[in-house]
Amino acid sequence: MPCVGDWLNSPLSIVQGIFAQNVPNSDWEKKVTEYFKEKLKENNATNWVPSLNDVPVHYLKPNSLVKFRCMVQDMFDPEFYMGVYETVDPNTNARVLHFGKYRDVAECGPQQEIDLNSSRTVTSERQTFYCVPVPGESAWVKEISFFASQARVSPSTSYTPSRHKRSYEEDEDMDLHPSKQKEQHMGNSCCSGGDIHGCVEPKRLETEASAGHHVISPNCSPPLDLNFPLPGEKGPACLVKVYESWESFKVNDVLEVFGVLSVDPVLSIVNSEERDSSTLDPVECMDTAEEQRVHSPPASLVPRIHVILAQKLQHINPLLPACLNEEESKTCEFVSNFMSELSPVRAELLGFLTHALLGDSLAAEYLILHLISTVYARRDVLPLGKFAVNLSGCPRNSAFTEHLYRLIQQLVPASYHLRMSIESMNHSRFIPHKDYTANRLVSGLLQLASNTSLVIDETQLEQGQLDTAGVHNVTALGNLITWQKVDYDFNYHRMEFPCNINVLITSEGRSLLPSDCQVHLQPQIIPPNMEEYMSSLLTAVLPSVLNKFRIYLSLLRLLDYSISDEVTKAVEEDFVEMRKNDPESVTADDLHKMLLVARFLSLSVGQTTLSRERWLRAKQLEALRKARLQQQKCVNGNEL
Amino acid sequence: MSSPASPPSRRRGKRGRGSNPPTPQDARSPPSQKRRTDDSTSTGDLQPMPTSPPADAQSPGAADALFSSPPQFRHSAIPLDFDISSPLTYGTPSSRVEGTPRSGVRGTPVRQRPDLGSVRKARQVDLHSDGLAEDIVATEQSLGQKLVIWGTDVNVASCKEKFQRFLQRFIDPLDKEDEDIGLDLNEPRYMQRLQEINMVGEPFLNVNCDHLRSFDENLYRQLICYPQEVIPTFDMAANEIFFDRYPDSILEHQIQVRPYNALKTRNMRNLNPEDIDQLITISGMVIRSSQLIPEMQEAFFRCQVCAFTTRVEIDRGRIAEPSVCKNCNTTHSMTLIHNRSMFSDKQMIKLQESPEDMPAGQTPHTVALFAHNDLVDKVQPGDRVNVTGIYRAVPIRVNPRVSSVKSVYKTHIDVIHYRKTDSKRLHGVDEETEQKRFTEERVEMLKELSKKADIYERLALALAPSIYEHEDIKKGILLQLFGGSRKDFTHTGRGNFRAEINILLCGDPGTSKSQLLQYVYNLVPRGQYTSGKGSSAVGLTAYVMKDPETRQLVLQTGALVLSDNGICCIDEFDKMNESTRSVLHEVMEQQTLSIAKAGIICQLNARTSILAAANPIESQWNPRKTTIENIQLPHTLLSRFDLIFLMLDPRDEAYDRRLARHLVSLYYQSEEKMEEEYMDMAVLRDYIAYARSYVNPRLGEEASQALIEAYVDMRKIGSGRGMVSAYPRQLESLIRLAEAHAKVRFSEKVETVDVEEAKRLHREALKQSATDPRTGIVDISILTTGMSATARKRKEELAQALRKLIQSKGKAPSLKYQQLLDDLRAQSDTAVTKEMFEEALRALADEDFLTVTGKTVRLL
Repeated sequence: MPCVGDWLNSPLSIVQGIFAQNVPNSDWEKKVTEYFKEKLKENNATNWVPSLNDVPVHYLKPNSLVKFRCMVQDMFDPEFYMGVYETVDPNTNARVLHFGKYRDVAECGPQQEIDLNSSRTVTSERQTFYCVPVPGESAWVKEISFFASQARVSPSTSYTPSRHKRSYEEDEDMDLHPSKQKEQHMGNSCCSGGDIHGCVEPKRLETEASAGHHVISPNCSPPLDLNFPLPGEKGPACLVKVYESWESFKVNDVLEVFGVLSVDPVLSIVNSEERDSSTLDPVECMDTAEEQRVHSPPASLVPRIHVILAQKLQHINPLLPACLNEEESKTCEFVSNFMSELSPVRAELLGFLTHALLGDSLAAEYLILHLISTVYARRDVLPLGKFAVNLSGCPRNSAFTEHLYRLIQQLVPASYHLRMSIESMNHSRFIPHKDYTANRLVSGLLQLASNTSLVIDETQLEQGQLDTAGVHNVTALGNLITWQKVDYDFNYHRMEFPCNINVLITSEGRSLLPSDCQVHLQPQIIPPNMEEYMSSLLTAVLPSVLNKFRIYLSLLRLLDYSISDEVTKAVEEDFVEMRKNDPESVTADDLHKMLLVARFLSLSVGQTTLSRERWLRAKQLEALRKARLQQQKCVNGNEL
Repeated sequence: MSSPASPPSRRRGKRGRGSNPPTPQDARSPPSQKRRTDDSTSTGDLQPMPTSPPADAQSPGAADALFSSPPQFRHSAIPLDFDISSPLTYGTPSSRVEGTPRSGVRGTPVRQRPDLGSVRKARQVDLHSDGLAEDIVATEQSLGQKLVIWGTDVNVASCKEKFQRFLQRFIDPLDKEDEDIGLDLNEPRYMQRLQEINMVGEPFLNVNCDHLRSFDENLYRQLICYPQEVIPTFDMAANEIFFDRYPDSILEHQIQVRPYNALKTRNMRNLNPEDIDQLITISGMVIRSSQLIPEMQEAFFRCQVCAFTTRVEIDRGRIAEPSVCKNCNTTHSMTLIHNRSMFSDKQMIKLQESPEDMPAGQTPHTVALFAHNDLVDKVQPGDRVNVTGIYRAVPIRVNPRVSSVKSVYKTHIDVIHYRKTDSKRLHGVDEETEQKRFTEERVEMLKELSKKADIYERLALALAPSIYEHEDIKKGILLQLFGGSRKDFTHTGRGNFRAEINILLCGDPGTSKSQLLQYVYNLVPRGQYTSGKGSSAVGLTAYVMKDPETRQLVLQTGALVLSDNGICCIDEFDKMNESTRSVLHEVMEQQTLSIAKAGIICQLNARTSILAAANPIESQWNPRKTTIENIQLPHTLLSRFDLIFLMLDPRDEAYDRRLARHLVSLYYQSEEKMEEEYMDMAVLRDYIAYARSYVNPRLGEEASQALIEAYVDMRKIGSGRGMVSAYPRQLESLIRLAEAHAKVRFSEKVETVDVEEAKRLHREALKQSATDPRTGIVDISILTTGMSATARKRKEELAQALRKLIQSKGKAPSLKYQQLLDDLRAQSDTAVTKEMFEEALRALADEDFLTVTGKTVRLL
């Protein structure tokens, strides 16, 4: 593969080539995207592109092709740039046309000047997104995609600073190593659950260290807030410049972008220089210092990616093909293969979760339903398909919820553990708000990508007084659960952003937050040492099985579902019957719930239509759950 | 720009024309325009060329042409206003002509328009290289009328003539604008405007581009495409006409034309590179405004050796400091004299896209505005404005010393005209006419829709389709969305009558009350949603806050004020605490909100409809109790609701079946069908907005009669049993409902059908909420006094029985409480509860018959 190095290492020279060939027409842009699309389609080519998620920025070659899996955190204003510009050599009057696409700086040789008034200049428009790594992305996602993309270096090897050499080596390696190795690495990496951070951690630390270093260096200015939604997140934030169909992207979308990395130091110099020299230039002093810091941060810290190809990701699970909607035989095959072994996987997962929930199989059943739930549609204001579960009756002191979260983290691609306390409710920033001085959206905890699991731990909440911020935060949580939307604060007005977040609330009694369904936990065993118990649970699961669980949970979310007329009739009959027998306790709400349970129950066994059998099973589950709640009420009543 | 030449006086320039000396003629700082005008006092100062860019000098022919061409009025500003290379310079020369006939013109200085030309020079065109200048001059001299501005198709003379014709002739009697107070619409509109300028002395002529477009399409197109060239031409035209008519008028400076409402009105999101240097109008919200920036327009240098002075004009944001004194040839002897340099006011403003224009799921865009001179400080952060201006893009140099350029342009808009969208709200003229514009097709469609016989039912069905049935409630909410007509009785001392309809929904939990509220909140543009549990009185009304930075007291408005002219949805109304609820009393009847806090005393408008939802105290509605007893709300508050609906879970097999089918369908319906419903919501929204702003029904004769009858009937029902079943408040409710129903039909007159429906709905609501559970009779006093008439009667009887019982006991001064209760129970033929007994005791205590202390009852 002779040209691999070329299009990977210096994509701009390819663009230049295409540009030179087609210059008078404007369709060179189309040809460029087509070229790269073709290139990336070739067998697993996407895996050869170094990913900004795994490799620290300073190990990557400037102006090389990189990929980045990220969430759109904020959208800046569109930029007008010189799509095509002309340089003049003042001595010889020779004129040359250049392209400005995929570049931050209009380049010209030492002897040349840019002719700003040339009639051949083409002004074009592009959009800048401020992107951060997917918030709460699980370690295993990072790790698997890390090995998938680096199918050539052994995981323990740490990078050496001489990175130019490295990247050439890598390129060669890539050719030699078939991507088969990927499987093998995956196998190795997942050998032990508790140990799982082991191989990733050094790399992560390194990123962090290098980032920290950069933060301190320039002029000792205060560290730049990279605006990650969740505290303690790491990884690069990135200014992603999009050239095509940016209208289709939304805030909080998860994207995978392929583009040209630009870390030109000029970009960061701009700021400091401008501030002293531009007193006369009216255009420059318009932005406040904060705004400049945010909108053109040092490129070493926040690199730019000029997007050649971008796609929205339906999910971030690296074990699944990236796009399931395509009618490719490969994906079909994958899905049908997996479907064939669905029921053993489900059984195993149920067993695993039952153990995790201290032997409560009903709660485990509901937990599965919860984990595969997703908002599939909205009817005017009503989100359909949300299934927030309140797991009440959690043992308080044994750090049960902590460990339960860790298990869930091993299963879902993105999650966050919110420990509710008076302190955290009063002092954390839940709702993203617009900072008009810096002209950006300051992120908050609730700015999460679709299908993120939010585990709220209410067991630690003590009595106390919430202040205004706390009340707002609790209200925001409530709105999130009930309407699946977050009202972002734009100071002069609020704006509603729909979201799709799976909320699991663990509490002792009934939660103070609303939920779709409350399941009271009935532990069968109370292990003396919770930590030991849980970690032994995880080690007992084979890594390959664990991966199956992960595929199971991500895949089932994406399936379609329908109800036949016949079953509709049956459900109708049933409902009428139930109302007749007990009009007090069966309401429209209950029907809603039962339909939801039936939906996810059918999906969980791989059925895409509701069968009578599943409907009865759903009713049965609901009845069991209700009986348990009733029982609980009685117990509590007696105690009081 | 005109007069204040030195920085100390520039603030005056900003404030207002009144404070400006008309022409500060002191030799110390002659304003720039003087150099070009034929003002005799300053001719000596005239330095014809030193400051002008070389283009002028290059073509002496052009200079000649200046003198020979007909007199015109744009002069001094030329070097700054236009591209120097533009032949407009030659086409509009005039200034040097001695003895311009119109003295008024001569006396009125020209004010530079930085809004038109601040960055223009960046895009200079090398015009003279091909000798085009000579050609043009020649053409002009010979043909006069054929001249066009380079790079455009604008012919100055014909453009001017057309615009003058427009000013003199444009009449559009149909187009009524809010500013047209005192204008005779059958006379040429803009001539009246000029007259106004003469009287008021504000030398700005606002021109609605829409008018221009209907008058002359081509001229309009030219204005949009080449505002930089065309607007000065308009200026000239306007000034000629003005000074023809009012030769003695004294203005601070010459009239400047300010076009607005360019049809390219667009959303900020649609701006694209093609709009650069064109006239655009966009709407948005101001989010930040900078300090005032004095921008140097012209630097004044003096040689320290020989005191020779010179001026240098700003060029692309830079001043080229002369390195050699032209007089004494000393190098580096020139120093800048700040006091004598010329500055203009400038302000940077950030405009953010208005929330309505934004596609869902994206963050708003912003755009920078530059305001100049008197437009500085015209808007504050938070204002909604329509801005007309010229869109600009400037390349950014990475570093002044390096030739490479950042490939990105900085964009901004040079503001020519501001129009505050919500200015009417501030002035409080008439708020019904929200700035919502409908296309003609849309209006046609809505009107077509309104003619349908079943429009009322249709709209009610379109409202919250995911909520099942509850048709009357939906109808009630629909009427609430339309609202009644506003009536003003201030002169008779009753103040404004409330036009808003308040609705209370109460009922079992889980009957989608919250969902209905959410839907309404999402439907109306100015809606607020709060929950009674989480809101405090201040959150609802307004509170005073100290700004941490400025230590200034700021009035922050709460949900009720924010939803002025909208709907305030309050969920969990019953959970609201007493003090919070009490503020609602004022809002719900007077529609105002009084605040006296931290030295701020004011009354805010809160013309909001309230849609509240309340759960019964016992979590389940108790059909054996009255509404008041079920929700425990004070009747004073309840009586302020026009309609009180019960949302109960009907126990009916057919209903259950329909409900089940409806719900199941929710869970697998296709996306397409949902799309359709979404469309319906948009139509519904427009329909309501249109009706609210354009339909204002009045009571017809028949309808009034019907209303009177209805009211009398209502009163009659009760009178037979010795109780009152209707109060004037109910009549007002009926009127409002009838008006709202007329609005639904887009009818300007309230007719009998409207009254019929109002009556029906009102009765329906009453039947649900004001039925006495003991007697089954609709009894309005449940809502107005909190107790049904029969209950009151029974209380009375019990008290009398008790009194008799005590009196029958003889002279015992004190009695045991329990003993008395037992005796009474034994005597009475109905069950006497402890509560009833206590009530009776209290009633007797009120009559000073006895007192109760602890467990003993003492006679008095």
